[in-house]
Amino acid sequence: MSEKKKERINIHEYLAEFDDIPGTRVFTAARARKGYNLNQFAMSLMKEENRKRFLADESAYLNEWNLTPAAKQAVLDRNYNAMIDEGGNVYFLSKLFSTDGKSFQFAAGSMTGMTQEEYAEMMIKGGRSPEGVRSLKKGI
Amino acid sequence: MARVTTGITSSHIPALGAAIQTGKTGDDYWGPVFAGYEPIKEWIKQPGNMPDVVVLVYNDHASAFDMNIIPTFAIGCAERFKPADEGWGPRPVPDVIGHPDLAWHIAQSLILDDFDMTIMNNMDVDHGCTVPLSMIFGEPEEWPCKIIPFPVNVVTYPPPSGRRCFNLGDSIKAAVESFPEDLNVHVWGTGGMSHQLQGPRAGLINKEFDLDFIERIIKDPEELSHMPHIQYLREAGSEGIELVMWLIMRGALGDKVKDLYTFYHIPASNTALGALVLQPEDIAGEPFEPRRVMSGHSLTA
Repeated sequence: MSEKKKERINIHEYLAEFDDIPGTRVFTAARARKGYNLNQFAMSLMKEENRKRFLADESAYLNEWNLTPAAKQAVLDRNYNAMIDEGGNVYFLSKLFSTDGKSFQFAAGSMTGMTQEEYAEMMIKGGRSPEGVRSLKKGI
Repeated sequence: MARVTTGITSSHIPALGAAIQTGKTGDDYWGPVFAGYEPIKEWIKQPGNMPDVVVLVYNDHASAFDMNIIPTFAIGCAERFKPADEGWGPRPVPDVIGHPDLAWHIAQSLILDDFDMTIMNNMDVDHGCTVPLSMIFGEPEEWPCKIIPFPVNVVTYPPPSGRRCFNLGDSIKAAVESFPEDLNVHVWGTGGMSHQLQGPRAGLINKEFDLDFIERIIKDPEELSHMPHIQYLREAGSEGIELVMWLIMRGALGDKVKDLYTFYHIPASNTALGALVLQPEDIAGEPFEPRRVMSGHSLTA
């Protein structure tokens, strides 16, 4: 008998809880696998020569990355929610909005349905309250 | 022997770096943030306070590590580390100069202590590492001390538990104390505080959670270290999980600490920002005056 090291976490319960958070997609293994090519495309924009090639002909550049049609369209549309649905992660996608000369606040704001001005104003007023957006099931 | 004398926490958001680069550190928006760091910048220049080495705990934001390699805990053992190009060119800051002797010593010690480290001998460092340096050391030609970059995965789930991070800090403390050279070592825990950068819930800030977290990391980190990931996610936002890295810093300071300084500000771009200076109680210096500074929207009830 081997010594029991610690209380184990039930992985199924651990992962299931993530789906109970409103408006949030946690970057789980499932998303990491789905978004592999999309995220690696974004990483490629860390090189200046790639940024130039991408901006010169976005569609042609994206065709080199074996993206799903939905992922490709999401990038062309700069639809960050759609990119995250396709397995994108915001830190990887930051290479894309940085290539566009945009900030994290721009990208985050664009995912909320608010205008940039409304989002910036919300942040200055203390940000989004956690009240009511902690749990879908419990409504708290 | 070497000793962990100080723990510092700091935000590492790229917007702080951008504010420095564009000369906005004194404007209405950023002024209070940089003012809140000023006492730390002054304190660290005083005799005895400047570290020989900082073990800088941060998360790589898909810069050194892409989707091909995802180490949970890594340690930079190289002579130097260049600022990463994160899509807008590398930050115009000095190279980070490492301390390979101490870094390798810590790596070996941690592995013997059951922390299976990834050893990095060639690594660029992103804003997670360089922004805290800029916030605390300003804009020198060279950073004034050696730095051991210590990236932790908090991007791809699951990140390490708070408990694991706290215990890792304790092992870092033991590793530093078994290094024969006399060195003043800091451990910095960066990132946080509450923030969410993605999805319709982006912009979440939880002042109550953050202030409670600060209180508990000072007084009762043992209990705090048991907080499960889901609670960080629900209460502090999806990127608030970075706060587990503060527990590495805290674990490296031992049981009792004195809080020399606490700064809390809302908002810095998308985030609530917290900067603390802590020292082990038995060797702690005098608290700053004032000891606690709040600014921005954090002052509102």
